[in-house]
Amino acid sequence: MNHLLSIMLFTPLSAALITILFLRGQDEMAQLNVKMLAITATVATFLISVFVFLEFDPSSAEFQLVEDERWLFGLRYKLGIDGISILFIMLTTMLMPVTVLACWNVTHRVKEYMAAFLVLETFMIGVFCSLDLVLFYLFFEAGLIPMFLIIGVWGGRDRIYATFKFFLYTLLGSILMLIAMIGLWTISGTSDVTALLGFVVPSSEIVIAGFGIPGGLQTIMWIAFFASFAVKLPMWPVHTWLPDAHVQAPTGGSVILAAILLKMGGYGFIRFSLPMFPVASEILAPFVMWLSVIAIIYTSLVAMMQEDMKKLIAYSSVAHMGFVTLGIFAANRQGIDGAIFQMLSHGFISAALFLCVGVIYDRMHTRGIDDYGGLVVRMPVYALIFMIFTLANVGLPGTSGFVGEFLTLAGVFQYSTWIAAFAATGVILSAAYALWLFRRVVFGDLVKESLAGISDMGGREKLVFLPLVVMVLLLGIYPSLVTDVIGASVQQLVEQVAESRMQAGAVVVDG
Amino acid sequence: MIARDIATLLPELILAGYAMAALLWGVFAGRFRAAPVLIWMTALVFAGLAAWIGFSPEGTRTAFGGAFTDDAFARFSKVVILGASALTLLISRDFLEREKILKFEFPLLAAFAVLGMMIMVSASDLMVLYMGLELQSLSLYVLAAFHRNDLRSTEAGIKYFVLGALSSGLLLFGASLTYGYSGTTLFSGIAEAAGGSTPFGLLYGLVFILVGLAFKISAAPFHMWVPDVYEGAPTPVTAFFSTAPKIAAIGLFARLLIEAFAVASADWQLILAILAVSSMFLGAIAAIGQRNIKRLMAYSSIAHMGFALMGLAAGTPDGIRAMLVYMVIYVVMNLGTFAFILAMRRDGWAVTDIDALSMYSRQAPARALALLVLMFSLAGIVPMVGFFAKFYVFLAAVESGLILLAIAGGIASVIGAFYYLRIVYYMYFGEPTDPLDNRMPATGFGVMLASAAIMVIGAINLFNLVEFADVAASALFS
Repeated sequence: MNHLLSIMLFTPLSAALITILFLRGQDEMAQLNVKMLAITATVATFLISVFVFLEFDPSSAEFQLVEDERWLFGLRYKLGIDGISILFIMLTTMLMPVTVLACWNVTHRVKEYMAAFLVLETFMIGVFCSLDLVLFYLFFEAGLIPMFLIIGVWGGRDRIYATFKFFLYTLLGSILMLIAMIGLWTISGTSDVTALLGFVVPSSEIVIAGFGIPGGLQTIMWIAFFASFAVKLPMWPVHTWLPDAHVQAPTGGSVILAAILLKMGGYGFIRFSLPMFPVASEILAPFVMWLSVIAIIYTSLVAMMQEDMKKLIAYSSVAHMGFVTLGIFAANRQGIDGAIFQMLSHGFISAALFLCVGVIYDRMHTRGIDDYGGLVVRMPVYALIFMIFTLANVGLPGTSGFVGEFLTLAGVFQYSTWIAAFAATGVILSAAYALWLFRRVVFGDLVKESLAGISDMGGREKLVFLPLVVMVLLLGIYPSLVTDVIGASVQQLVEQVAESRMQAGAVVVDG
Repeated sequence: MIARDIATLLPELILAGYAMAALLWGVFAGRFRAAPVLIWMTALVFAGLAAWIGFSPEGTRTAFGGAFTDDAFARFSKVVILGASALTLLISRDFLEREKILKFEFPLLAAFAVLGMMIMVSASDLMVLYMGLELQSLSLYVLAAFHRNDLRSTEAGIKYFVLGALSSGLLLFGASLTYGYSGTTLFSGIAEAAGGSTPFGLLYGLVFILVGLAFKISAAPFHMWVPDVYEGAPTPVTAFFSTAPKIAAIGLFARLLIEAFAVASADWQLILAILAVSSMFLGAIAAIGQRNIKRLMAYSSIAHMGFALMGLAAGTPDGIRAMLVYMVIYVVMNLGTFAFILAMRRDGWAVTDIDALSMYSRQAPARALALLVLMFSLAGIVPMVGFFAKFYVFLAAVESGLILLAIAGGIASVIGAFYYLRIVYYMYFGEPTDPLDNRMPATGFGVMLASAAIMVIGAINLFNLVEFADVAASALFS
């Protein structure tokens, strides 16, 4: 039996336990020890994930490296990866060392800070490789605890409000999903995701209190899952926790939140909502599409008016996630390819943008856009890096942002021209707010006295950005890197969804 | 015949004998000198009995013509009751000593209450049921007023007594109606009489019994006594109230409904569902405004009983199993939490305000972390064991088609999460205040750490608890 995935999963957790139980002291030496252990553990996890990636065979759509053990009564500890999940795991393991390195100058309760991140990493990897409903739920929701603490302990001024809102909002969505999961388990008799992917949830119309529900049970369960994933992603109008959480979170927390935690929602849509409730997904696709279009246009406009840099990037995240849901529910090859690509690319770009804010926040302790201006004079390297990611965020060809948006729009175009046309305006709006932000912060004359002594990025900060710049450009120039890996799995997903929709259609016609 | 009856009843008889002998010894030895010894002795006796009952042979034995049943369900409940009571005694010692109420009656009253509880979970006759219930209740009334120089403690005792007597009266009224319409007090006889078309009077009896029992397990809307009694009673007594008696009462509830009124399940299912929903929501919402940690735990226990009732409302073996799992996990969490509350002192005085915990994490990181785990577990957040308790209850409810009940439970648990999180908030994000005393007795600290560790490690396999509960639950249906 191959235990590679378990080893990868529990490496960060064991490092966290060692940190909590064995590392003592508050002095500088002790803090350095904690940081060194954290960086070693995250790099080790990354290396293991590279190993997993090499073991993985992208030509097969099957789940690979499967581990299957008896867990609790009726539940299984089942792990496995396919083309869709492997890249999210790589994203997670790659960004964690970056985040730890970016938090190097944290001095307030370092031990707990690093432990929280390490625990969080285990939960995030777990989400992407668990193949049991309840195991998935466990990892999906457990991430709330470390994040609650990260925002609450190390966050900004209004952190209490933000962290409670984040926690309770997400929890409410998750609980509904849990009950739907239990329902799914009850009617199918299995909690195994691979078995459930082949299970057909009844989709005949149900009448409740005089209202006919097309899609029946599928629709009801779809809505419950949607409640969870839509909050997590987040989609308009349940996105309001995100700007608060982002603004109050410390830099590292924002990075992880934007880069990985949001992706869990999109991953959930692809892994559960689409293949398990194909008919409901078809019925409700217009609803999701219009919500996404509203999200793209509305949040882009809102982003434009922000005074706070982090809030602006947070709203831009919501807009970009709108493309993800568009792509997924178009349910064709380009759409889903594009959605996955967009999520990965946004993972790198948003992480980098929050780190960019972090760099100047560390120096000036303000995130107000008006407090900056003309940074290019004193910080040329910073200006260059910030520009790369601003343009990537806009979706300039040659960066990863372009590929994601292009593929998604191509997929959506096949579904509906109108929706594609509206969504495409989002690209223009994103150029407006991103470039305007860049102009106000970096260009212009350096008139503010407080900025006169600001210094450019140091070696550590450059090292933090290096992998992100490489990835954003690499994916932009050579997108097959991603599409080849996800190809087989996405193809199978699309075929399977189309087939079950046809069957369900046939049943309706027959009946 | 009588020898076999006595053999079945032997653990209870030994406990009764021990309690009376110890009472005599305590009187002769002097109340303050005997107390520390008796606390340890009683805890040991509890532990010994728990081990004995736990390892006694399988199968169902009855005594006194079926009025007293010793089956897997009873044994499971008894082990948990005895274990929880033993731990409660151990963590209480230090508190009682510091409040100068370490009298030998405390362990002995607990022993009598436990005896009542053991009879309750074994009762399959209305008379036995009432006997066990009253033995338990009378001991608990006295315990509530144990700090007799303290106004609030005596007030709690009186309140508890008056409302407890009222609920006993309702229960008796229901029992007499049931007897009148079925002609027997045996559960098996009632089940026969209820078969076919259930007599209307029997349903009346059932409703009154349900109300009486709902008082005892503090389900809303019969919960009014709980916050005041929990707040007023000495903290060790509160810890005791919130653990063992709940298991006994809900075990009794389950046996009565399944063995005697199984045919009328459609009638009581709705009542239980309403009790469950109102308890969950009342517990979750009313706790938000509480500043006193004992009152907060009182509302928390009301909410938790709502979840346990959800399992019972399912009425299936899976439901009873879920209920038992829930109760065990709840008791372990509560013991850990109360072990901490018992040690909350500032300058030697007991404090119960939750703002006293401000920035506690800096002062005592290990304890704060343990309490954090317990709070997340009480809130039912994964990956803590408290989540699995809720999970199995939801599973049972959905399986029996009570989907709306499960959804209501989910929403209530989100609301409830707020006040548990607020304790975490005080400990980790609050403003520093006068620190609490650092001293925590070794037993209390041990119990708290063990309980927190169980909440985390249990996620691996729940220590096979579900399998044990499964055996216990199916015994009720055979």
